[in-house]
Amino acid sequence: MKQFKGRPVVAGTCSAPALVSHGGFNTLASFQNALQFGDKQAKCGDQNNADLYQKPMVGTALCLPQTIGSTTGGMVLYCAKVMERNPACMLFSEHIDSLACAGAVLGAVWTDSPMPVIDCLGDEFLNYVKDGMKITVAEDGTVTVE
Amino acid sequence: MNYKMQLTPDEIEILNGAKGETMAKVMKTLVMYGDAFGATKMVPVTSKKGHLVTSFGLKVMSPVYDLMDQLIAGGALSGQKFSVDPKPLDPKVPANFLQKLIFNKFMYSKQDEYDEQLRKLGLIDDKSYTCTCYMDEVGNIPVKGDVLSWAESSAVVYANSVIGARCNRNSGIIELFGSIIGKVPYFGLVTDEGRKATWIVEVKTTKKPEAQILGSAIGMKVMEDVPYIKGLNQWIGTQLDGDTKAYLKDFGAATASNGAVGLYHIENLTPEAVEQGESLIAEGAQVYVIDDAELARVQANYPVMWKDKSATPKLCFVGCPHLSHAQLIEWTDNVVAGLKKNGLKKVSIPTVFTAAPAVVEEFNKTAKAKELAATGVILSYICPLMYMNNPLCKKMPVITNSNKLRTYTTSRYYRSEEILDIITKEAK
Repeated sequence: MKQFKGRPVVAGTCSAPALVSHGGFNTLASFQNALQFGDKQAKCGDQNNADLYQKPMVGTALCLPQTIGSTTGGMVLYCAKVMERNPACMLFSEHIDSLACAGAVLGAVWTDSPMPVIDCLGDEFLNYVKDGMKITVAEDGTVTVE
Repeated sequence: MNYKMQLTPDEIEILNGAKGETMAKVMKTLVMYGDAFGATKMVPVTSKKGHLVTSFGLKVMSPVYDLMDQLIAGGALSGQKFSVDPKPLDPKVPANFLQKLIFNKFMYSKQDEYDEQLRKLGLIDDKSYTCTCYMDEVGNIPVKGDVLSWAESSAVVYANSVIGARCNRNSGIIELFGSIIGKVPYFGLVTDEGRKATWIVEVKTTKKPEAQILGSAIGMKVMEDVPYIKGLNQWIGTQLDGDTKAYLKDFGAATASNGAVGLYHIENLTPEAVEQGESLIAEGAQVYVIDDAELARVQANYPVMWKDKSATPKLCFVGCPHLSHAQLIEWTDNVVAGLKKNGLKKVSIPTVFTAAPAVVEEFNKTAKAKELAATGVILSYICPLMYMNNPLCKKMPVITNSNKLRTYTTSRYYRSEEILDIITKEAK
């Protein structure tokens, strides 16, 4: 078991299995199929992301450095949240990027059940965490990996 | 709510509901967003017009349209007129019966309603659907130093880099919120410090690099950082003329979609690099050297997502981002010459060139329009990316010279000269 201290961008608590992307997470490419075609598991559609391609994202603790790609990204995350195709939480090793932050904040202000989003967890976090590990997120941004 | 940035009394009043609950939520969103990046304050949007990324009435994106309804009902309309990304549908673009059914009845069944929402919120006019709003014919052109509240990754990176405007890589909805409040949080690419380059890219190729591959290589390397690019002048010159702007449009779109670049500086060319030179480079900047081998390596690593990798292409898209008027003329001349050389009258693969409605309109006034039409190439205002976003197109062998389209769809990337060769030769 190991604990990492991050910064809550959207504070909250949750417990979920880890899903790890070591490269940038392309939000539009990852979610567009899931949102358009009723894939309730939200399998990742980004062919350039070898870590996640075709893996279900719903209900996972999505661990990533940052998001990349189209500026629809935040809107796509917001839609994923409202449509319940979202990860249980998003855990960024680096400082959150502007697109992901938009999605996180829209979810926090315009929905009733915000998705916890923690950033600045550090490279060690992303090196340590592996798919399927149990992740627990605390209100203060502490992330426990076991 | 708790917040860290310094707000003016007027801003605090909005946040506390003086202009209604909806405006308060819009302001709260911007303040939380800014706080996450250490924004010290809100600054006024100074451009005349905005640009939105969301142009499509996708049925499954109903949360966005519900939110738009909330804004309209709450009187939270854009304080500035705006352009918006291209439409996802154009009857001129080839589609079979099943595709048309799926596009019109299922996928984009919200299009008409959403277009009406855009008009109510502040859309300039019905010709303002393009990802290249900064074209002369479209007329949404900021001036250097303008603070923008735009989204659309290719437009933002162009406005920041080629024009010298100041805009963060805003997401859809956030950009509209900035236009509604008339202010954006002061952080990142809006600040002097945030515009410093943390990468030096040295271009050492033996010929002019393909814009889409060079941009892709840099995007994948620097991600969201700001690169200062040296050595490109020898290939594209030191003047921001039409050809160079078109090159930078395509280059920037690839940096933004293959990575997350929002601003680049090109030595002796882009406005801030011309004015400030290497003082734009931050201390400790990393170095990335690009030569012919590196570009070949990058292109060779693009995955081919076709089931039958040797399939004959069924459709070709050129124009993501939308083509400029000069590019349309150049492509027309090249297609005509290619067909003549190969003894053909029409392109061998159904081919669609895409450009802004206003650019199409101007092009159609020229003799070149008839020449292009005679080749069988279709000229459209459509968004190829939106066209490709369905399971039927996923199975189609589509080719493109756009690295953005390649990244987000199953289309296969070819360099422009390869595309020209494919469409002007007898199909296999």
